[in-house]
Amino acid sequence: MQISITLNGKKLTEDIPPELLLIDWVRRHGCYSVKRGCETSNCGLCTVFMDDRPVLSCSVLAARADGTRIETLEGLQEEAEEFGTFIASQGAEQCGFCNPGMIMNTIALFRENPWPTEEEIKEYLAGNLCRCSGYEGQLRGVLAFLEKRRGGGGL
Amino acid sequence: MKRLKTVGQPVIKKDAMALVTGQPVYTDDIAPKDCLVVKVLRSSHANAIVKSVLKEHAIKVPGIEAVYTWEDVPKERFTMAGQTYPEPSPYDRYILDRHVRYVGDPVAIVAGVDENCVDKALALLKTEYEVLPALLDFRKAKDNELLVHPEEDWKALCTVGADNKRNLCASGREEDGQVEAELSDCDVVVEGSYHVKAAQQAMMETFCTFCCIDTYGRLNVVSSTQIVFHVRRILSNALGIPKSKIRVTKPRIGGGFGAKQSVVSEVFPAFVTWMTKKPSKMIFTRAESQTASSPRHEMEVSVKVGADHDGTIRVIDVYTLSNTGAYGEHGPTTVGLSGHKSIPLYGFLKAYRFAYDVVYTNVMSAGAYRGYGATQGIFAVELAVNELAEKLSIDPVSLRLKNMVRQGQAMPAYYGEINTSCALDRCIKRAKEMIGWDEKYPCKDIGNGKVRSVGVAMAMQGSGISGVDVGSATIKLNEDGIYTLSIAAADMGTGCDTILAQMAAECMDCSLDNIIVSGADTDTSPYDSGSYASSTTYVTGGAVEKACGKLMEQIQERACQILSCDREDLEFDGHKAGNIKNGKTVTLEEIGTSSMCGNTVALQATESHSSPVSPPPFMTGMAEIELDKETGHVEIIDYVAVVDCGTVINPNLARVQTEGGIVQGIGMTLYENIQYTKDGTLLNNSLMQYKIPTRLDMGKIHVEFESSYEPSGPFGAKSIGEIVINTPAPAIAHAIANATGIWFKELPITSEKIAMGIVKQ
Repeated sequence: MQISITLNGKKLTEDIPPELLLIDWVRRHGCYSVKRGCETSNCGLCTVFMDDRPVLSCSVLAARADGTRIETLEGLQEEAEEFGTFIASQGAEQCGFCNPGMIMNTIALFRENPWPTEEEIKEYLAGNLCRCSGYEGQLRGVLAFLEKRRGGGGL
Repeated sequence: MKRLKTVGQPVIKKDAMALVTGQPVYTDDIAPKDCLVVKVLRSSHANAIVKSVLKEHAIKVPGIEAVYTWEDVPKERFTMAGQTYPEPSPYDRYILDRHVRYVGDPVAIVAGVDENCVDKALALLKTEYEVLPALLDFRKAKDNELLVHPEEDWKALCTVGADNKRNLCASGREEDGQVEAELSDCDVVVEGSYHVKAAQQAMMETFCTFCCIDTYGRLNVVSSTQIVFHVRRILSNALGIPKSKIRVTKPRIGGGFGAKQSVVSEVFPAFVTWMTKKPSKMIFTRAESQTASSPRHEMEVSVKVGADHDGTIRVIDVYTLSNTGAYGEHGPTTVGLSGHKSIPLYGFLKAYRFAYDVVYTNVMSAGAYRGYGATQGIFAVELAVNELAEKLSIDPVSLRLKNMVRQGQAMPAYYGEINTSCALDRCIKRAKEMIGWDEKYPCKDIGNGKVRSVGVAMAMQGSGISGVDVGSATIKLNEDGIYTLSIAAADMGTGCDTILAQMAAECMDCSLDNIIVSGADTDTSPYDSGSYASSTTYVTGGAVEKACGKLMEQIQERACQILSCDREDLEFDGHKAGNIKNGKTVTLEEIGTSSMCGNTVALQATESHSSPVSPPPFMTGMAEIELDKETGHVEIIDYVAVVDCGTVINPNLARVQTEGGIVQGIGMTLYENIQYTKDGTLLNNSLMQYKIPTRLDMGKIHVEFESSYEPSGPFGAKSIGEIVINTPAPAIAHAIANATGIWFKELPITSEKIAMGIVKQ
C-alpha cells in the first residue's frame, strides 16, 4: 500500500507492506534514535511525535501514520542538545539507550506544560523506563533546565 | 599530596552529547543493511531429546539462506561464561544440542534476508521431541536420579567440586574456628533461610550482535558485550576455529549489568557468517532477553548468627544452595560471593563456616548480574543480623557499630585479606543522621492503617578478581600534543571511558579534552579481561596510571634529546619542557612532531596491571517506607546511601551509579518476580509481566560518600559498580518487619505477600 508521511519536515511517499510498524519505517529512513526496548508498549524508548503528539512507534502501524507529520530526535537536534546538556551535566545519560525516547517525551511535556512541578514531571515521564540511572539524575537534569529557563543559572 | 585537577571532578562523559542527541552508535544502528537476519527456534519443553527437525519446507521459503540443527554444529563443549581461562564454569554446551534442557533452549538456527521470511521458516520447522521428565525444583536437584547433564563429554576445567552425575555444578565448604561449639555456647542464635529469585538485568538494549567476513577472510564480530577478549576465545571454542581468525569489537552498549558478561547472542550469527561468509545479525527480542539469557542465580541462603547478650556477634554459619539452571555459566563463582562478601562484614567472629552446593535444573541458565552472589548473601546475613538485634533488644545500628569490620583488621572469610581501607563506621553514622534514625526507628503509626518504618543494611563487594583480572592501557602521544588512550575495558554506560581518561589527564598533566579514548577491539586494544567484577576503575585504572608514568618518562627523555640537557635540568609542565639551565623550551606538540621524523623510540607505552588483592568498597543503606496494612502496599519514602568507594574519581558518575543500583535493588525487593508454570515455562517474559521500577516507584534517594583511601588503588580508588545493589533488599525487608512484625525471607516481597501475611498474623 502507498503512504505519504512528512518525516522531520521531508515529505516521503512510498509503498509499504501493511503490517510494517512505524518504528521500523522510521529506522529504515535513518532515524536510528528511535529504539526498540520491548514489544509490549512498556518502555517508551520508541517515542516519536505524530502531528506534535508523542506516540509509541512500536504500537503504531506505518499505515496509520499516512498523511501525518512524524518527528524524531533527528529532527529536533537543537532542542535535544539544549536540554540534553542538562542530563549530561548530571551524568544521568549513562548507557544512553533510553535517552532519545525520554528526551522526546520531556520536550512534549514542556510544550504542553512549560512549568511542570516535580510530581508532574515524574508522572508525565512514568512510561519512560531507564535501568541505569535510577531516575534521580534525570529529574535533577529536568529541574536544572527549568531553573535555567527561569533565568536562575542552572548550568 | 599533589592537588588533583581532573580526578575528583564531576566532568561530563565523553560520549554524553552523542547519546543525548540520539546518534547511531549502538550495534543495531551500525549493522550492515544487507545483513542476514538470524533467529533461533527455541525448545517448548524443559527437558527433551530432539528426535528430528524437518527442514525441507523451511529451507524452501524464498529468502532463506540456511537452517542449522544439532547435526550441523561442532561437537566440542564450551561455556558461554565470560571468564578468564581456565574458566571455573563447566564446558557443558554445544551451539545446538540434541538434548534440550529448558524451555527456550535453541533447537535450530535460521538465517534469511529479512525478518518476515525467517519468521515464516521458523513456523514451518517441524520438530519431534522425546519429552523427558523435568527437574524444576532446585531443592531436589542434588543427587536426583534425573540428570540435567548425563553426557560423557561434559567437563570441568577447574576443581570446583563439580559432578554432572550428581547435578552438581560446584560444591564446597570452609570453616574457621569451632562453629558448632560457638553456636551452642551463644546466648542467642538467629536462624533463617532466605530466598532470592533469578532476577533479570533488564538492560534497555537487548542482546545483539552482527558479524561479517573482513578483507583478510577473518570473522569480524561487533557485539554489545562487556568482554571482547573472552568473546573471541569463546567463539573460537564454539566454532572450532583459531582465535587469530576472529576479531571482536564493541560499539556503545545499551546497558549490561553483567548480562553481557556471558556470550548470549554472539554464537548464532557468528556461526551463520562463518558458514555462509555473509554478514548476519541477531537482535534478541525482549521476550528472548527475559527467557533465554543470563539472569541472577536463584539462591536459598541459610544463615545462623550467634551472639552474646551484650551484642557480641561470635559466629556466622552460611549454607548457600544456588540454582545455575540448565547450564553452569558463572555457577561456581557467584556462589562464593554469597559467603565471602557477607560474613566478613563482621570483624570480631570467633568462628565462621561457609558451605555451598550449586545445582543444575531444567530452567533458564543463570549468569552474572551486578552483585554476583554477594547480593543474595548480604540479603540473608544482614536480615538475620537485624532479627538478632530485635531479639537482643539492641538498636541494629549500635549492634553493627559494635561488630562491624574495621580498617586494619584481617578478614578470614575474605580470602584472608587485610582491610586496608574502610570507612564503614563513618558510613553508618552519617546514614543514621541523614535519615533521622533515632526519631524514626523502628516505626510510627501515622493513622488510616498506615505505618512508617525504617530499616538498615550494610554491604561490601570487591574491586576486581584478585590475582586473575588483567587490565591494560596503551597511551601514545600524537603530533598535536593530544594523547590516544586505548583500552579494552567496556564502557556500558558506566562512564569508564571518561574516568580512565580523567586518570590519564591527571597523570599527563593535561586537560581531559586532550585525551582520546579508543576501544574495545581485540585486534588493536591491549588485553583486558573486560568490565565486570567491579574491576575497571581499580584494575584498568591501575594500568592507565602505569602506562602514563612510562610515557611521561619517554616524553621527558625525548625532550632532553631535543634540548640537549640532562634529566635533572629538565622541567615539564604537561605542555612545555624547559632546560632550566639556559631557559630553552620545547612544546609538547614539537616533541610529538619530532617523534615522527628520524625517531627510533615510540612515544607510546603499554602497561598491564593485576592486583593480588581486591579491596572491598563498603556502604550503608537505610530505607524509610510507608506501609499500608490494608493492601500491603509499600511506598519508599526515602533511601539513604553512604558509600566508601575510596577516592571518588567522578562524583556525578559515582552518584548516578549508586542511585541506579539502589533502584534496581528496590525492583528486586518489591516487584521483579520470576514465576514458572509447572511444566517449566517462564511467565515473566515481557516488561509488562516483569515489573522494573518506574520513576514513581523509588521515592527519594540521597547519596553521600565517606571516602577512605585505598593505597593499592589508582589515586586511592576502589570500586562502585556492584556494591550499590546490595543494601535495598535487607534494608527494605527490615523496614517491612518493623512495620508488620513479619520477617519476609523471600524476594520479591509483593503487596500480596504482605497483605496475606498480615491476615494470617
